[in-house]
Amino acid sequence: MARRIKIPATKYPVERFTLDNGLRVVLAPDRSAPVVGVAVVYDVGIRSEPEGRTGFAHLFEHLMFQGSENLEKLEHFRHVQGAGGTFNGSTHLDYTDYFEALPSGALERALFLEADRMRGPRLTEENLRNQVDVVKEEIRVNVLNRPYGGFPWLKLPPVMFDTFANAHDGYGSFEDLESATVADAAEFFERYYACGNAVLSVAGDLDVAEATEMIKRHFGDVPARPAPVRPDFDEPDLTSERRESYADRLAPLPAIASAWRVPDPIDDFDAYLPYVVLAEVLTDGDASRLVERLVLRDRTVTSIGGYLGFMGEPFEVRNPTAALLQYHLPPGGDVDKVLRAADEELERLAGDGITTGELGRVQARMATHLLRDTDAVLGRALRIAVLEEQRGAPELINDLPRLIGEVTPEQIRAAAAALTPQRRASVEVIPGGGQ
Amino acid sequence: MTQTKRPLPALLPAAPIKLPTEAERQLTNGLTVIAIRRPAVPLVEVRLRVPFARANLARGAMLSQTLFSGTEQLSTVDIAAELQMVGGGLSASVDPDRLMISGNSLAAGLTRILEILGEVLDGAAYPSDEVSTERDRLVDNIQVAKSQPSHLAREALLRRLYGRHPYAVQTPEPEQVRAVRPAQLRALHAERVHPAGATLVLVGDFQPKRALDTAEAVLGSWNGGGKDVTLPTAPGPEAGPVLLVDRPGSVQSSLRIALPGVPRTHPDHAALQLANLVFGGYFSSRWVENIREDKGYTYGPHSVVDHSAAGSVVLASAEVATEVTGPALLETLYELGRLATLPPGEEELEQARQYVLGTLKLGMSTQAGLASLASTYAGFGLRLDFLSSYSEQLASVTRDEVAAAAAKYLAPSGAVTVILGDAEKIEAPVAALREVELE
Repeated sequence: MARRIKIPATKYPVERFTLDNGLRVVLAPDRSAPVVGVAVVYDVGIRSEPEGRTGFAHLFEHLMFQGSENLEKLEHFRHVQGAGGTFNGSTHLDYTDYFEALPSGALERALFLEADRMRGPRLTEENLRNQVDVVKEEIRVNVLNRPYGGFPWLKLPPVMFDTFANAHDGYGSFEDLESATVADAAEFFERYYACGNAVLSVAGDLDVAEATEMIKRHFGDVPARPAPVRPDFDEPDLTSERRESYADRLAPLPAIASAWRVPDPIDDFDAYLPYVVLAEVLTDGDASRLVERLVLRDRTVTSIGGYLGFMGEPFEVRNPTAALLQYHLPPGGDVDKVLRAADEELERLAGDGITTGELGRVQARMATHLLRDTDAVLGRALRIAVLEEQRGAPELINDLPRLIGEVTPEQIRAAAAALTPQRRASVEVIPGGGQ
Repeated sequence: MTQTKRPLPALLPAAPIKLPTEAERQLTNGLTVIAIRRPAVPLVEVRLRVPFARANLARGAMLSQTLFSGTEQLSTVDIAAELQMVGGGLSASVDPDRLMISGNSLAAGLTRILEILGEVLDGAAYPSDEVSTERDRLVDNIQVAKSQPSHLAREALLRRLYGRHPYAVQTPEPEQVRAVRPAQLRALHAERVHPAGATLVLVGDFQPKRALDTAEAVLGSWNGGGKDVTLPTAPGPEAGPVLLVDRPGSVQSSLRIALPGVPRTHPDHAALQLANLVFGGYFSSRWVENIREDKGYTYGPHSVVDHSAAGSVVLASAEVATEVTGPALLETLYELGRLATLPPGEEELEQARQYVLGTLKLGMSTQAGLASLASTYAGFGLRLDFLSSYSEQLASVTRDEVAAAAAKYLAPSGAVTVILGDAEKIEAPVAALREVELE
């Protein structure tokens, strides 16, 4: 077969420094287009929300857009968009991000806006009630009013995990959302939205010296508050298989998802990385192991997904996390048969191994995906911010394609061997007929 | 909060849009190739757009699903593996105007990805086994789509908007898909998958002229011919009663409104774009600020000027809680009416203007963004330089022109409205505002 293609990498200069108040900053200049990406990442996510307050981390994310010290409600949106930019925020298991992509002449405005809400969002009763309503509509759109809503990211963790932190519904129950108070929000802000618990990143068309000055100007006087100590959320690995099912009244066809615990993505990155590659070996495209077997040959499933982390973010998640495989089945499909066939393929991979050719092509495709993510200033800003926050290693953005390329057939084999039925947690969707 | 207000930093003046280096060539077989340089990452993006109007719906959908299912030399798995070897991937989709093939690979793989593309274009075999697998998958996908409120609402809106025009139905029925045979796919391919009128856009880390040479060397032999098929102009929205589509037990209603639009080259285009933004085309619009940020009726309302080859239309969508369906429609009609009868504020117009100018720059700041934009434009006979003239138009449109466009296109009296939801619960409140027709 053809020669193995050389896996290229990016060479973004990555500069980092810490302000006196503890805010960590990362800059990745690249002047190829007149745009910048700005991200602020706080080290708090779904796992940190208190019991009785499911969905609070996400609700609080909404409140961060509702005005701040110098900004009335709606002003944040208007100032970003009126500067030609786009914005958003999102809540994850281990972090919450806020970000903008803008023409480079609007950089200082974005920094001002982020600094203002880092100093203090306007937490009012009226805004809280309004955003509880908005979040309920978000949950209806994404979970309650559509088939396969929350599958598997909300449905599988409670099968796999036992502690509240890891197992609860991160979107939240309506009851918990409705009982949230302004005092809860103030406390959450005080505790987790400290500048010592945050990373600011800027990627794209910037001058390092100028950007540093601007950052000092706007963030320098944010009062210092240290990061809270993050609890260890680890749980013991499964010792026997777990399997649950639930009826989805809107879903027309069966589906099932399985997950296995994997090594610590931060402290044991070398052991973790092969699982990231394995997920692609199993599921990336028609030439992957499981698609070839289950979709093209057996026809027992119609689509397959495989990824690391319940939110599909292998390089933005902490321990404990999982490797997931999910399948949608044809009418009357047999989920047991699917799981058995997947087990067989894993055993075969663990036994016979993988050729360097097969591994090499998967690695090449993964490099394309990574490089494509970083072509967008915002993709770059977000990734370096989380890499700094969770690992203190933003330069990993340039090294990832190479590191993925260095995963060996032996490591893939060992990872496949670890995905045994005894360590597996699965959740099955029983279709309600799409009525 | 007694603190002195901190001043908002000024924006630095934005430079005019800078177009990337590009080259274009029409090959002797009729294929137009456009190569655009953006070397920021060592990748290439590929977009091939083939005219496909009036292709049979089910066969067209199946063709896009099985185009990469094998050739004389290569199986499905071979094709996927060969592409992966250069970090590449390709996929196909259809709509009522065109067959679209999109993909990307490492820059060093440009020749190879084009070779595989060429092999498929010339020799897709539609093997019966693979066709049968994909047929079942497509049927399942359609069944799942039909359980999605967004899909059902779109289907109902298209039917209501387009009547007998080919745009009216864009998803085949499962039984139509089940009836498709490999020979029909081979026939459709032989008839319609040709370079005449097709455009290939390449964007990436290369010298444009050399990319053109590569494309010519690899795809110059793609079988010429094909026929010129165009669609009649699509009818504009014809106002009438609100069409209510029952979805019992729905916890939300899907509200869809269509209003007349104009193509990109129309003199009113820039003014309508701005009017649409002020209404509901971005987060800082009146509609979002009203029904989300003030009233909490919905999560993500949005409106857009949607362009197809045979017509343009303004589409507004919101998923609103069942119990506030009537009030949400009331506020929507109010905002449309207010914009159609009163000129927008100067500041809010400037804000919308800056937004659209800025997001044009963002859109062309990645290889993928540039490729999709250039390919979309090419489908309407435009090139990237349209961005410069469009930016100038956006910069110079006056408040009066935007007000005139709003009056002409966004008046609620001209709206086609479809609401999918629990009819038993929403019919009465909707009927209090507008005449209702139950589907």
